[in-house]
Amino acid sequence: MPDAQFEELSMPLFDQLYNFAHWLTQDRSEAEDLVQETYAKALRGFSGFQPGTNFRAWIFRILRNSFLTSRTGLKVAGHGEEELEALASVDPSPEAILIGKADRSIVRQALQELSVPFREILLLCEVEEMAYEEIAQVLAIPVGTVMSRLHRARRALRALLIEKFKGGAHGL
Amino acid sequence: MACELRSDKLDAYVDGELSLAEANELGTHLRGCSGCASEALERVQMKRSVADAGRCYEPSAELRKRIQGIMPRPSKRDSFWGWQVVALPAALVLLVSLAMSFYVSREKGQRERVYGELADLHVATLASAMPVDVVSSDKHTVKPWFEGRIPFTFNLPELKGTDFELVGGRVAYMGQAPGAQLIYRLRKHEVSVFIFQDRGAQMAGWASDPTSMLSFTFETWTKNGLRYFVVGDVSAADVDALSKLLRNAG
Repeated sequence: MPDAQFEELSMPLFDQLYNFAHWLTQDRSEAEDLVQETYAKALRGFSGFQPGTNFRAWIFRILRNSFLTSRTGLKVAGHGEEELEALASVDPSPEAILIGKADRSIVRQALQELSVPFREILLLCEVEEMAYEEIAQVLAIPVGTVMSRLHRARRALRALLIEKFKGGAHGL
Repeated sequence: MACELRSDKLDAYVDGELSLAEANELGTHLRGCSGCASEALERVQMKRSVADAGRCYEPSAELRKRIQGIMPRPSKRDSFWGWQVVALPAALVLLVSLAMSFYVSREKGQRERVYGELADLHVATLASAMPVDVVSSDKHTVKPWFEGRIPFTFNLPELKGTDFELVGGRVAYMGQAPGAQLIYRLRKHEVSVFIFQDRGAQMAGWASDPTSMLSFTFETWTKNGLRYFVVGDVSAADVDALSKLLRNAG
């Protein structure tokens, strides 16, 4: 595709890409470097982008891959989903219904505590409102894995939130 | 506690990933099963909480400038406009940047609104006693019927050798602008194709590949100054196949 179209396709995604990068890196300056690296890589590879395919999934995938090979990304890559498996297997409790009333800052804190695989899939699904198929493209995993990982991520988040309520740090 | 059989489907349900038939079936179940209904409600609440808490980091103006700086510059052939842009005063550049950030935040809501409106039109049409005003599987009958009823003309594809069948058409309105709604049938599923005059920049950044929303699959693109939408409760591949036929028509 002609380079001129790159700006037209990529700039409307700028805010979303930055938000996602900040969630992954948990640091403003690293997120800025990651977004800049993503745009530079995407522009270099734009001639290989297939018109008619999903540009958003394509550029989010570049961002995520760049993160995984960054210093911070390599550090967290080892701490995968297993770490929170135990939390994720907690049975839904009646208190869980209170989650809906959870304070924004508590949810944000819980999201930050989630492992990267769980955090990123929740962000792509809930914040970016991507379809399972699109998430599968970004994460380079089958749609079935998207569904099961999303399910476990939600359980893990719920377990973390319940833990916070039980800890009594923040009343509901 | 929710029924084991339904529990695994609740995620797909709240994420709008079920087909219309499956969603309707589960919806009926939810009305009669308080355990599943409460679990579905909790999931919807959690989705909202995460969506709200997750949109919190905003890029700096400095980063936007850095990214704009690496964008490819217009070629010499476009230099007339290129020079104009370069020569614009700083105030105008700031205005464009403000407009862009306003546009970005509005874009998603706008798309949801338009897709919601089209899904309503699609469902209302199918539910009506007279879904189409011109009933014909012949594109040479349907296309001329629109002449004088809408302010533009369009081409329809040849369907021989495909699984699609043209049912007919009617005039539809979106934002008070008249357009064409065509109903196609695919294996007992109805798919609507809406054609309106393109509203330009407002929808320019919308992805052209199939998108799932509200249990429907949507695809949109522009061609010859017209904005096309395909809406149906069929798979993304089916919506894409019909879209390809339409894009290549005439």
